[in-house]
Amino acid sequence: MVDIALEPKAARRPIREATRWDLLRANRNWLGFWFMLPAMAFLILFLAYPLGLGVWISFTDARIGRPGHFIGTENYEWLWDDSIFWLSVFNTLLYTTIASAIKFAIGLYLALLLNENMPFKAMLRALVLIPFIVPTVLSALAFWWIFDSQFSIISWSLKQMGLITENINFLGDVTWARICVIFANIWRGVPFVAITLLAGLQTVSPSLYEAATLDGATSWQRFRFITYPLLTPIIAVVMTFSVLFTFTDFQLIWAMTRGGPVNATHLMATLSYQRAIIGGTLGEGAAISNAMIPFLLAAIMVSWFGLQRRKWQQGENND
Amino acid sequence: MQDFTRRTLLQGGTALAAAGALTGPALLDFAKAWAQAAPWKPEKGAKLTVMRWKRFVPAEDDAFNAMVAAFKTATGVEMNVFSESFEDVQPKASVAANTGSGLDVVWGLHTLPQLFPTQVLQMNDVADYLGKKYGGWTDAAAITCKQGNNWLGIPVATIGGYMTYRKSAVEKAGFNEFPKDFPGFLELCKALKKNNTPAGMALGHASGDANGWLHWMLWGHGAYTVDKSDKVIINSPETLKALEYTKALTDTFIPGVASWNDGSNNKAFLSGELYCTANGISIYVAAKDDPTKKELTEDTYHALYPVGPIGKPTELQLTVPILAFKFTKYPNAAKAFIAFMLEKENYDKWLTGARGYLTHTLNAYDNSPVWTADPKNQVFSQASKRALPASGIGTPGEKAATAIADFLVVDMFANYCTGREDAKGAIAIAERQLKRIYR
Repeated sequence: MVDIALEPKAARRPIREATRWDLLRANRNWLGFWFMLPAMAFLILFLAYPLGLGVWISFTDARIGRPGHFIGTENYEWLWDDSIFWLSVFNTLLYTTIASAIKFAIGLYLALLLNENMPFKAMLRALVLIPFIVPTVLSALAFWWIFDSQFSIISWSLKQMGLITENINFLGDVTWARICVIFANIWRGVPFVAITLLAGLQTVSPSLYEAATLDGATSWQRFRFITYPLLTPIIAVVMTFSVLFTFTDFQLIWAMTRGGPVNATHLMATLSYQRAIIGGTLGEGAAISNAMIPFLLAAIMVSWFGLQRRKWQQGENND
Repeated sequence: MQDFTRRTLLQGGTALAAAGALTGPALLDFAKAWAQAAPWKPEKGAKLTVMRWKRFVPAEDDAFNAMVAAFKTATGVEMNVFSESFEDVQPKASVAANTGSGLDVVWGLHTLPQLFPTQVLQMNDVADYLGKKYGGWTDAAAITCKQGNNWLGIPVATIGGYMTYRKSAVEKAGFNEFPKDFPGFLELCKALKKNNTPAGMALGHASGDANGWLHWMLWGHGAYTVDKSDKVIINSPETLKALEYTKALTDTFIPGVASWNDGSNNKAFLSGELYCTANGISIYVAAKDDPTKKELTEDTYHALYPVGPIGKPTELQLTVPILAFKFTKYPNAAKAFIAFMLEKENYDKWLTGARGYLTHTLNAYDNSPVWTADPKNQVFSQASKRALPASGIGTPGEKAATAIADFLVVDMFANYCTGREDAKGAIAIAERQLKRIYR
């Protein structure tokens, strides 16, 4: 009786081979997959799908409000011989190279300056951010007025001082227009570079500087052999972002020049917008934006491989 | 977005009564009587979603909304009206045409109904009714809306552009009246430059102004982007002449026109730096509204575009056609609304509210009060008669619209006039792009 009472009520589950389902259930990777699914769905829906769609549209003759037919690489072939497209490529590269280089130089200089001990340090650092806080379109409109062909404050001041007799044709002359939009971009982009580099500077341990000072290093040597090498990872990241932002700039140009005079400041992004949305030829516009991808990938690759290399991170002779 | 509920209607009504612009009850009485007699009886429970372009003049919007409100009360049709900026009207209408939903009526720009001719409700009966009643349509207006003998929409009005100039400066330059031909116009501009009272018109990407005056230059010389069968004919001796003339003209202009957008000449004229330009009536209206600009207002006059060597007016004016989609559930309500807007009792007030921005397309409105109230407005009453459609002599439609939106003609002139390209190069670039659009 006792034996019977102790007998478990449910029959013990017979030992069997683990089925695939059992294996799967116990598999952490499988579980992980399900946890990742929401993020993946998000990325596919909002990143991969639009990108794929953009690529697909560039192979069609789609217009706004009407699906297109597949036309192969016709859009790209057309752009290959399109002088305005190549002009926009040249403009974009010029704009990106010059603006990024100057932004880096000024940004680094500002960061080093702000890293020093000085009165009202916090306030000054906040002030530097102002151009970054102003909405791009607003600052672009302000620059548009500053560089206006009739009402430019600069022309007016110079005229009052008797230095010039005619208004400077800021946005109507090819060279001037390019200088003006690049200037506006630099004004807007410097705070981002400066503040991010400043953050990087603050992670450099002061003891390194102390040691170097004891060894008799000059301030240039301290910058060259301590600050710069330790800052390179941050520089790589900042400059990648800076180049990406500049390369894809749209608002500044559109508000200031609409790509003029005579397409001299048309960037690939603005040309793409003009042809796709205003002109209605979605396929061609998509092809222009897709033509930006190789350039952007190249920029990302440079910093990606840069970040992987210790030489970049820790100074030259440390491979 | 303006949703006409009873409450906003009441508010609107009181505001209008207070302003005394339109007497609410009278308009309503007319609307009721009209609804009884009109050939189109709106469907029961009809509801129309109407998209229009964003107004320039508040008074025009007020007059439009008063009509909408009166129509709603008289017919019981629910009206949902909203405005979109100029650039957004066409894309949104195209999407609606493609998806077959969302909008019933669109008041758009240029040759909008020609972009999707199979998707619009044919308006032959409305056009006949109005045309018979009001002295017929102007040819230029009709062509923007017609496909063969069918009306794809109704050309509600034209937004005209003409010469705006300072009389004192033109007289000082030795002209008692504004020149009527191209050589005279060039002489005037040269003299204006010499007197340091320069003329100027946009050479930048100004969708309204630059497209307007440069197409006038092109067509005035007998040059066109495409011929009647849409073959690209831009590469012609006439185009070359147009380029050379325009280059000589722009050499006399105030510096900076290559950077101008649609607002630049308005600003420069109103500040007294610019003495002659091509524009809508907006410069004059703005001057009139500014009490500090009394002198400038009195000195400001309008003139028709001088006529080119071709010997007849060839102007690009901005038509604003209205259309209803075929898929609307309430075609009769849509037709009734469109016909109602163009009835004299409404249209005269509407034109007056627009202060010369809008030009009638029905001949009977030639003597509408807006043109006689201020003689300086009169020039703009011609805009619907002297225009070619946006396609020139080619087929109005999507391709012509694309060519204008992509600034092909503007860039061709700007390329040559700023010295970036020689004439051959400038024409070649335009020709290549046109051939693709018209392939």
